[in-house]
Amino acid sequence: MSQFAINVLFVGGSFAIYIGIAIWAKAGSTRDFYVAGGGVHPITNGMAIGADWMSAASFISMAGIIASAGYGASTFLMGWTGGYVLLALLLAPYLRKFGKFTVPEFIGDRFYSKSARMVAVVCLIVASLTYVIGQMAGAGVAFSRFLEVDATTGLIIAAIVVFFYSVLGGMKGITYTQVAQYIVLIVAYTIPAVFISLELTDNPIPPLGLFSDHSASGEPLLSKLNEVVTALGFNEYTAMVDNKLNMVLFTLSLMIGTAGLPHVIMRFFTVPKVADARWSAGWALVFIGLLYLTAPAVASMARLNLVTTIYPDMAAQVENYEDAAANPIAYADRPDWIRTWEETGLITFDDKNNDGRIQLYNDAADFSDRGWQGNELEVSNDILVLANPEIANLPGWVVGLIAAGGLAAALSTAAGLLLAISSAISHDLIKGAINPKITEKGELRAARISMSVAIVVATYLGVNPPGFAAQVVALAFGIAAASLFPALMMGIFSKRINNKGAIAGMLSGLIFTLVYIFVYKGWFFIPDTNNLPDTEANWVLGISPLSIGAVGAILNFAVAYMVSSATEEPPQEIQDLVESVRYPKGAGVAIDH
Amino acid sequence: MADDNSKAAAYWKANLRLITGCLIVWALVSYGCAILLRPLLAGIPVGGTDLGFWFAQQGSILAFIGLIFFYAWKMNRLDKKFGLGE
Repeated sequence: MSQFAINVLFVGGSFAIYIGIAIWAKAGSTRDFYVAGGGVHPITNGMAIGADWMSAASFISMAGIIASAGYGASTFLMGWTGGYVLLALLLAPYLRKFGKFTVPEFIGDRFYSKSARMVAVVCLIVASLTYVIGQMAGAGVAFSRFLEVDATTGLIIAAIVVFFYSVLGGMKGITYTQVAQYIVLIVAYTIPAVFISLELTDNPIPPLGLFSDHSASGEPLLSKLNEVVTALGFNEYTAMVDNKLNMVLFTLSLMIGTAGLPHVIMRFFTVPKVADARWSAGWALVFIGLLYLTAPAVASMARLNLVTTIYPDMAAQVENYEDAAANPIAYADRPDWIRTWEETGLITFDDKNNDGRIQLYNDAADFSDRGWQGNELEVSNDILVLANPEIANLPGWVVGLIAAGGLAAALSTAAGLLLAISSAISHDLIKGAINPKITEKGELRAARISMSVAIVVATYLGVNPPGFAAQVVALAFGIAAASLFPALMMGIFSKRINNKGAIAGMLSGLIFTLVYIFVYKGWFFIPDTNNLPDTEANWVLGISPLSIGAVGAILNFAVAYMVSSATEEPPQEIQDLVESVRYPKGAGVAIDH
Repeated sequence: MADDNSKAAAYWKANLRLITGCLIVWALVSYGCAILLRPLLAGIPVGGTDLGFWFAQQGSILAFIGLIFFYAWKMNRLDKKFGLGE
């Protein structure tokens, strides 16, 4: 069977499962649509959160980013997992006890203000929309590489599948497809990792392999990697980061951003009890951890594999790296996987010194004494995971599995985000503000229509990505960190924060964060409208625009506290509401009001 | 009613104490061992690198998982002890 046929079989098979689940889990009520009926088991929910959370970025890009940045990229590993501790301790159980359908609804009720609810709706839509465009684009790339259709066609096929199960089943359909998608993506991610770990370190468990000895050289894998990359002028893989303040703030922004993202929080509304919300956060992190513990192993091993593919003399024990570096492979002898990926433009070769060989090294280093006139091979971070099975010479079915896994990661996250957007529109905007008297049936129809519109908009923006689509980390996490997370946390842990304080806090956190990002990245991300170049020398105190969300959050807390202290206490019934969310007793299933 | 109120207050205080303890560990493994204290831990070798690198790419994630399950387990006991569970 050809590779193409295998890929079609795996992707088609997984899609058939998702559609089958959608038909089985059709939503009959708004409760089904928003919270999957409220009876999801915590382990099931943990798995669904895993798929909801792990996006195309986690599956496809993260290992590649770690491979190129080494220790510095640990920020993503800690930031995107540490947020679950905050969710479990500070938000999820209480929001579950509150027992409503959406995140803006809590903010609106707790701060007894429609304006606060609308600010939350806008934050939710901007953050989720930015995020979903990346998923659609990721699905398009996976399709174009593995199924030989162009990215636009791929994206439209993906949109139709998501449309089918999310419009029909809402949260109920999404929950059970996410469980299936989690299984597909984790199997697809770990199988090639196990083989590569065995090949390089004789240890079948990748996270252990990372800290084991490299079989071919007998040295510890990470020491070997450090030697190999420094011989080519790169920084040591495990090198310390000088700007510690920025690394701390970046990690903190990712953590509180993770905890404040509505599409994740919503998943905690689907479990029957408050205690289940706590357990499902733990299970979620177990399932997420399986991938996040494997990713750094994949990263270092793939980096070593890439370099030793180009410089075969570096593979075993090396006496003199200078000699080994002098003998890279000829371009004509490059392995097949480089040829395949060259076709997608994600690997490019330019023989700058016309010697017919591939020189791969850090362009910032000067190796003219070796006769090198510039780095000749550009490898996109995004191909590392997708090309893994080919680099390790694994059988064709593993390649098919990776294709299905990448699509599962992108589609499961897209569906969760689209649900967050559509429920904000149908529940918070239409039922909460425009037409409070809408019937349950009417609201369910409105939810389905807004889901359909959201899918069309996301597909359109996926085909024609606007400038902000590449700014997921800055925009989605920055907004969630600076506006939503502090408002939710203060709403639970303080009875004194009132409507004025909350609105002032959210707006100042949000505006401060956006302005700081715009100054360096361009106003509304329009190219060349930035006031200062986006380099470390120009950042205030060395804080990058990606790390500013944490500062915005601190500002939000401070402003909310000061404004609330200067104005009246919240009414008694609001203080009673805060009191009631703190104790699990009396939590029913999530209810409509 | 007064008794209920003081029980609820004690429950909340115990919860806040637990949260504070867990968050100290949370910050210590990630911001501490993996970032700020890494130079101090550089002398402790782990598989070709140092303990700080291990915390940054593996240890902190394992600690986070442990923390959430520990908190969930402790809270279940608190819920029962104060009779405020579901």
